[in-house]
Amino acid sequence: MTVQQVLFFLFGAIALGAAIGMVTARKVFHAALWMLLAFFGVAGLYVLLEAPFFAAAQLFVYMGAIGVLIIYAIMLTRGMMRQRLPRVNDQWWFAGLLAAALLVVLAWLVWQHPWATTTAAAPADSLNRLGLTLVDPEGFALPFEVASVLLVMALIGAVTIVRER
Amino acid sequence: MGGETVFNAIWLLTILPELLLLILALIVLGVDLALPAERKRSLGVWTAAGLVIVLLVSLLAPVPEEAAFGGLVRADPLGRVFRAMFLLGGVLVALMSMDFRPLRQDGPYYGMLLFSLLGMCLMAVAENLVMLYVAMELTSISAYVLVGYLREDTFSAEAGLKYMLFGAFTSAVMLYGLSLLFGLTGGTGYMEVAAALREAPFSLAMVGFLMVLVGFGFKVAMVPMHFWTPDVYQGAPTPVTAFISVASKAAGFAVMLRAFRFIFPSLGGEWVALMVAISAVTMTLGNIFAVWQKNIKRMLAYSSVAQAGYILIGVAAASRLGIAAAAFYLIIYTVTNIAAFATVVLVSNLTGSEDIESFAGLSRRSKFLAWGLMLALFSLGGVPPFAGFIGKLILFAGAVQSGLIALVVIGVLNVIVSLYYYLNVAKVVFERRSEEEEEPVPIPVPSRWVLGFTMAAIVILGVLAAPVFNWVWRASGAWF
Repeated sequence: MTVQQVLFFLFGAIALGAAIGMVTARKVFHAALWMLLAFFGVAGLYVLLEAPFFAAAQLFVYMGAIGVLIIYAIMLTRGMMRQRLPRVNDQWWFAGLLAAALLVVLAWLVWQHPWATTTAAAPADSLNRLGLTLVDPEGFALPFEVASVLLVMALIGAVTIVRER
Repeated sequence: MGGETVFNAIWLLTILPELLLLILALIVLGVDLALPAERKRSLGVWTAAGLVIVLLVSLLAPVPEEAAFGGLVRADPLGRVFRAMFLLGGVLVALMSMDFRPLRQDGPYYGMLLFSLLGMCLMAVAENLVMLYVAMELTSISAYVLVGYLREDTFSAEAGLKYMLFGAFTSAVMLYGLSLLFGLTGGTGYMEVAAALREAPFSLAMVGFLMVLVGFGFKVAMVPMHFWTPDVYQGAPTPVTAFISVASKAAGFAVMLRAFRFIFPSLGGEWVALMVAISAVTMTLGNIFAVWQKNIKRMLAYSSVAQAGYILIGVAAASRLGIAAAAFYLIIYTVTNIAAFATVVLVSNLTGSEDIESFAGLSRRSKFLAWGLMLALFSLGGVPPFAGFIGKLILFAGAVQSGLIALVVIGVLNVIVSLYYYLNVAKVVFERRSEEEEEPVPIPVPSRWVLGFTMAAIVILGVLAAPVFNWVWRASGAWF
């Protein structure tokens, strides 16, 4: 195995293991910490894909900003730190069965398909291209702008729901 | 890629209604800050009047036929039919919201309504997976806020949370499906994806299709993605319930029809067979569960699942007639369901209850309201000569033309079952006596307009369907 493959499995295992830890943790606070670790694993995968911008965004925005925000929200919500909640209801075995079946089918199908892969290095100006695509009117300028409308809407909506009346 | 692409100002005409909606949302939010609390109810008038203008512009302004923004959006005639449908629903819901007592009238409420409509309008014209996803999220997230808007009411809060969790889950599954499609084809435009899917292995394409269908199915409330409907319909503020049941469902069908027509034609008969099965199960389960409901909003929730099943007949027919019939039925369904929910708003204001029993003696309390509800129920049940009858007739005709005779038989049996619970409400309204039957139901002006318009539409679309159906039929021509 090459170093890259070893790193791929390492980061993959971190992301996957942390995700399992997140959904099985009994305290919400612990789940949030597991989630940060899962974000870290994903950031590592981005590095391996030669997408340094995404890796940095994953670290700064997801692990940094969003992670801290979630932890603050948990700490500031009454009773959230001490609460121990059951993780599953009595339908867990059915959901598990379904999820396992889906995993098997997907893994089998994905395994069989000869995906278009490349070993060529990523273009050096990939960040440049990403930026241009996001502002190019024939590229993704419109969804980019709509996403900003979405964020404004979400902000107004969130404030409306939580503010004192 | 790069600096050589030029922005073409004519593209703005394609997204003119969306731009106007954004401006309207900002105006409403701004006016909200200037108005004293006791006059905020007038925001509903601002919203409705603005939406009427946007509706007129969307119908009358010239629109380029070709795709804009590098193929991201195409305001083709059928997309514009759907857009007009959402905007009409928006006008009626805004007016109806003014009379719903428990709701605090304020800018963010009407703002969320407009943002959601903006997302829906983009859904109707999106021709790119990225555009589609952003538009769907804009629609959904603002709807989550609206459903949970009565924060102090535990039912509303629970409904908001349930709607969000269910929506986030289905959205994640859909996103996974979209990523599979992108991985298979290397493109995000509908045409690119469709062309590459012809070469792709059938099984993987089908998995991508099924996962995307989960996202669409949530929006239109089809079985088995319907579990959220009763609780959310019951808990949400009634005008929001009406909004979700008509505009949100119609938006789901708009993207479903376009995606099936333009992304997955290569899956051919397989998806048709699947949609036939889902359609049959959806209408049957919806109707069977509706029979047992005591709460009128829960009954209308299951009824809306059943109605989604009828519309899926048109989707399964997959012909020009089927698609036109589905779009036409959605127009009818919009006015019909809004009439039904408008009466629920007024009755629940007075009685504080949403039980079917609380409609007892309604015919003696207000003839106008009783007949408004009756017309809506007759239309939902497909009683001639009302709009729902002609709508179902055209849907069934589309299915017969595509050779889906068995589905038509199931559809007709379902219509008969549905008459039982629709007419059961009629019995309570006209036959059952109640102690308060001398007390009249006050009908404020906005509701008068909503009910007057929808009742007229139910009758006129029933006896004079041709002009509107011809409009939809001509619009569907661009897809074939």
